[in-house]
Amino acid sequence: MNVAVAKTGNGRAVSDLFASAEGRLPGSPAVIAVRREAFETYERLGLPHRRIEEWKYTDLRALVGEVLPLAAAPDAAALKRAADAVKAHAIAGARKLVLVDGVFVADLSDVKALASEAGFKTLRETLEKDSGLLKTAAIDAVIALNAAMATDGVVLDIADGAQLSAPIQIIHVAIAASASTFTRSQIAVGKGARATIIESFVAAGAKAYQVNDAVLVKVGDNADVAHIRLMDDSPDAVNITSQFVTIGANTKLNFFNMTTGAAVSRMQGFITLAGEGSELSVNGVNLLQKTEHGDTTLVVDHAVPNCVSREVFRAVIDDRAHSVFQGRIIVRPDAQKTDGKMMIRALLLSDEAEADNKPELEIFADDVSCGHGATAGALDDSLLFYLKARGLPEKQAQALLIQAFVGEAIEQIADDDLREHVIGIAERWLERRQ
Amino acid sequence: MALLEVKDLKVRVEEREILHGLTLTVNEGEIHAIMGPNGSGKSTLSHVIAGKPGYEVTDGEILFKGEDLLAMAPNERAAKGVFLAFQYPVEIPGVSTMNFLRTALNAQRKARGDSEYSTPDFLKKVREVSKSLNIPQDMLKRGVNVGFSGGEKKRNEVLQMALFEPSLCILDEMDSGLDIDALRIAADGVNALHSPKRAMVVITHYQRLLNYIVPDVVHVMSKGRVVKSGAKDLALELESSGYAQYEDA
Ligand SMILES: Nc1ncnc2c1ncn2[C@@H]1O[C@H](COP(=O)(O)OP(=O)(O)OP(=O)(O)O)[C@@H](O)[C@H]1O
Ligand SMILES: [Mg+2]
Repeated sequence: MNVAVAKTGNGRAVSDLFASAEGRLPGSPAVIAVRREAFETYERLGLPHRRIEEWKYTDLRALVGEVLPLAAAPDAAALKRAADAVKAHAIAGARKLVLVDGVFVADLSDVKALASEAGFKTLRETLEKDSGLLKTAAIDAVIALNAAMATDGVVLDIADGAQLSAPIQIIHVAIAASASTFTRSQIAVGKGARATIIESFVAAGAKAYQVNDAVLVKVGDNADVAHIRLMDDSPDAVNITSQFVTIGANTKLNFFNMTTGAAVSRMQGFITLAGEGSELSVNGVNLLQKTEHGDTTLVVDHAVPNCVSREVFRAVIDDRAHSVFQGRIIVRPDAQKTDGKMMIRALLLSDEAEADNKPELEIFADDVSCGHGATAGALDDSLLFYLKARGLPEKQAQALLIQAFVGEAIEQIADDDLREHVIGIAERWLERRQ
Repeated sequence: MALLEVKDLKVRVEEREILHGLTLTVNEGEIHAIMGPNGSGKSTLSHVIAGKPGYEVTDGEILFKGEDLLAMAPNERAAKGVFLAFQYPVEIPGVSTMNFLRTALNAQRKARGDSEYSTPDFLKKVREVSKSLNIPQDMLKRGVNVGFSGGEKKRNEVLQMALFEPSLCILDEMDSGLDIDALRIAADGVNALHSPKRAMVVITHYQRLLNYIVPDVVHVMSKGRVVKSGAKDLALELESSGYAQYEDA
């Protein structure tokens, strides 16, 4: 199959992308009709570009240019490689749900162990009956494309009051080179439940693949959730992922995202505080080198009064890499007593490194406490010298200061094993720049 | 044997010459004191020996154990045995003191081709040294010097010195900001390190410190030069007469 070029004005090529995949897209005829409509939306909009405000710094037409054809379903050899990758990236004690090139693989997953604690289905199964999961509140071209093309995903239902005894780790493994995968998942956490969910994106030798992922998260009242995302893709990959999160009342959600790979990545999150008395903590870390482009874009919507949101972003940018952090806090007219703060800090390790930080407040209530700050700078020379005077070589001294810099965001992960796992990924990133 | 030889050293900072041809020789096992008015260049000398960037050496040389010290990176100097206890130690948030000590010690050992310390050996050593310096264990869990009092920062410098076992220790105003008890403890720590192979250069404004750490040689620095050297009595003399007689040397 030829590479389908997705440009507005090039409708034919785009249509090929959908037409050639259609036979592999799960869903009843009604679902396929919804997909078609989503694809038409995507075709009408085309890939996002710099003239669309939300994508100003991440022009996919310039950075990506084309959407690659759908990856073939993994064969036996691919599954064997995936099994090794899963072993390498699994978090000790976590229950794994594995998607290989956008297809759920039960053999590599811990479905049985999970069954006693959470309801589980694949997206494929869900779409046999219902197209609901293909719909989201926010919509842009990549989200529409995801709805049109999603081949699989996990649909988790954590019951009211459930206290998960182990974290759930969703592992996306890329095997196929020069191909796209589209996944869509839903995580529903019931009232008073307690859960830790991890999403890992890894490659098993795959080159130049493209990921388009979407996750719908609903957290019920009085729940306590840690949601950790680890985008550790191969250096030439593209990973665009969208998160739609709704939080109930008196709930605690700790959301963490770390990007340590991909030529082009974007994590866009739309988080709505829909119940009073909740605490949201969002921490993001971008570790970028070479010519990587990493974008974290977050909209936190305080729709009700008395919620607290804290956002801490850290970017470490080396070589000619480019980091983008866009954070918008919306406070609706009713959302009095909102306490929303955002702090963005970028560490530039080279003269050619680039950081675009854009914090925004949209406040429509009058009795609130909101604020944001953004800084960008190099490593402190006097600290570097102190460490070198004590025997640390330049790169090791830098590494220690970089770890301290991102530490503040990583420290928010409460679980010791999980935090160590995340620190391990950051350390491997640091080793790559030695 | 000469450990440190500074020969006719001229140093500029931001186009201004600070050291105007400074000569100083320190032999193994000796304790030297350097005294001199504010701004005479004492810290500058210590920074140039440690390899701090921003100083331009326009003339002269520094030999350490016969090798060209100025050609070495700061970390190589440390691994070779140069240690500077800073007049103003920096705070490093987010890097725990314990992690820092272990990383630094092992980096030095690695550079020398020695094996790294095992965790139990390292912990044992830190515990011993910190106890003798009256440094509580939970201080070591904090970021390097973060929230340490002035005196605690200075003791943390001595702790590192004891841990790294350098052959040349330069102490830049170790006594400033220390109360009398802390001064005695820190001085005891320094004296415990004194050995026939190790030399100390003690920069101070006060003869009081030299009651605890007794120098073999006292140097007077003024306007970027060593203008007089003598035995330990010179310090007493300075205490009563001041630096006026050296000001226009
Ligand atoms: N980075 C710098 N930029 C400009 N001038 C400097 C710099 N560092 C030192 N100097 C100048 O060099 C001279 C010597 O300073 P230095 O700190 O070495 O003195 P010192 O003898 O240690 O003084 P003190 O007893 O006050 O500690 C001073 O005049 C100082 O202002
Ligand atoms: Mg000084």
